[in-house]
Amino acid sequence: MNKKDMIICRCEDVTLQDIHDLMDQGYTSVEELKRILRIGMGPCQGNTCGQLVQREVSKYLNVKLEEVKTYKVRPLTTGVKLNSIKEGANHES
Amino acid sequence: MKANYVIVGAGISGCSIAYNLAVKGIKDIVVLDKSYLTSGSTGRCGAGIRQQWGTKMNCLLAKGSIEFFEEAKETLGYDGDIEFKQEGYLIISANEEEDEQFEKNVFLQQSLGIPSRKITKDEAKKIVPHLNTDVIVGATFCPTDGHLNPFKMTDAYFQAAQRLGVKFYFNEEVKDIVVKNRKIKKVISTNLEIKTRNVINAAGGYAKEIGDMAGVDIPVYAENHEILVTEPVEKIQGPMVMSFAKNLYCQQVPHGSFIMGRSNPDVLHNHSNESTWQFLDEMSKTVCEILPVVGNLRVVRQWGGSYTMSPDRQPIIGGTEDLKGFYLACGFSGHGFMFAPMTGILLSQIILKQKTMIDISDLQLNRFKNKQVFTYEKSVV
Ligand SMILES: Cc1cc2nc3c(=O)[nH]c(=O)nc-3n(C[C@H](O)[C@H](O)[C@H](O)COP(=O)(O)OP(=O)(O)OC[C@H]3O[C@@H](n4cnc5c(N)ncnc54)[C@H](O)[C@@H]3O)c2cc1C
Repeated sequence: MNKKDMIICRCEDVTLQDIHDLMDQGYTSVEELKRILRIGMGPCQGNTCGQLVQREVSKYLNVKLEEVKTYKVRPLTTGVKLNSIKEGANHES
Repeated sequence: MKANYVIVGAGISGCSIAYNLAVKGIKDIVVLDKSYLTSGSTGRCGAGIRQQWGTKMNCLLAKGSIEFFEEAKETLGYDGDIEFKQEGYLIISANEEEDEQFEKNVFLQQSLGIPSRKITKDEAKKIVPHLNTDVIVGATFCPTDGHLNPFKMTDAYFQAAQRLGVKFYFNEEVKDIVVKNRKIKKVISTNLEIKTRNVINAAGGYAKEIGDMAGVDIPVYAENHEILVTEPVEKIQGPMVMSFAKNLYCQQVPHGSFIMGRSNPDVLHNHSNESTWQFLDEMSKTVCEILPVVGNLRVVRQWGGSYTMSPDRQPIIGGTEDLKGFYLACGFSGHGFMFAPMTGILLSQIILKQKTMIDISDLQLNRFKNKQVFTYEKSVV
């Protein structure tokens, strides 16, 4: 299958080709790829693409998978409405 | 290894300085960063750009920088999209005292050629229809303020600087600056030893530590500021909405998500970048009061980053009296992204002993000597 048709990040519509293009330009850390392509920044927060990107970087750099650092995991683990957080906060105080 | 200039830090400041020196023909410039491009405050910031300031210096730095941003894509020859959006900042006043201060600020801004204006509640409501005008007194608006993608903007400087021959080294932490007889001899980092006479400190939250390595005391400190982003939605808000009294800034970026932040008055002075539930609680209360519909959006991520505070909340851009060849671009106090074009232009002019574009005696390190009390910029969140 063509790399252009292989979606790696479904939240932001990023293809395998996009990732390879950037790696060819020298952006080979997962954090840099994230910042330029927004992979891992969508509603799933990298749960889908995180490992795929890690694998691609490891193949590209020819290093072991465990040597490729993945994204820093950031809160929240699931999207919560601001209204709900506000109400929760009001109940506590 | 040898270098003419060693720049510490590949945030927007370091990249802008590198580009500006290189474009003036300087060779052998090396930039060292202990992590990856934009790993410091730059990659964590709100990336808003505004000219509505309360001090003349900040107004001029912002105005000059916006003029650069307007042409940045072409000037830097960048292929990507810097996502520049110029739909203004709406700054709301929440009490009479603030409203009076804004009157003065707008007077100052207009005298410097900034197209800001004082507006009524009703006019504000026309600009941002979902604004809760019950809690505001008035507002000011400047249509040429805006926002850019901080990664892309830094990348644009980075790529242009590289094309001009600047060498960047990542994952290279500066560990020591060797000084003898008040002259810089070399910079020692994780894997490199670089002989040089000139070091430019653009280390953001770590500017004080870099100063200490060279024996130059820089009165700045880092404090954590938190921020969050929501899921993307269709466009409903043009300008950034900001309030100092209510402690809020909130903008919908071109990608569709809303980013918003506020300050914690009790924050400690350290390098923490942590995320807290207290921020989430306070942020949601504030934004739901001022922009109620935004309350329907889901938060997808929160993070933190450093503001590097100087005693008068204005940057330090210039050389140092005690150590020849040691230059500073730090202490941006939470607004160094929007000043970065001017930071690079001005510092390169100082380094090359050219006449500076504006008088920047007020930005020199020596302004803090023997001074305890400062009047400072109050227009900050
Ligand atoms: C939440 C938040 C919101 C913000 N919103 C805005 C905004 O809307 N508008 C605005 O203009 N500004 C904003 N700011 C401020 C802005 O982010 C900073 O002023 C600006 O990014 C500073 O850029 P810099 O290049 O000077 O520093 P940084 O981006 O911090 O870069 C410094 C670099 O130095 C490197 N470094 C540090 N120590 C060493 C060492 N020993 N060796 C090698 N490298 C080292 C770091 O890794 C880092 O990459 C915000 C900041 C935060 C935290």
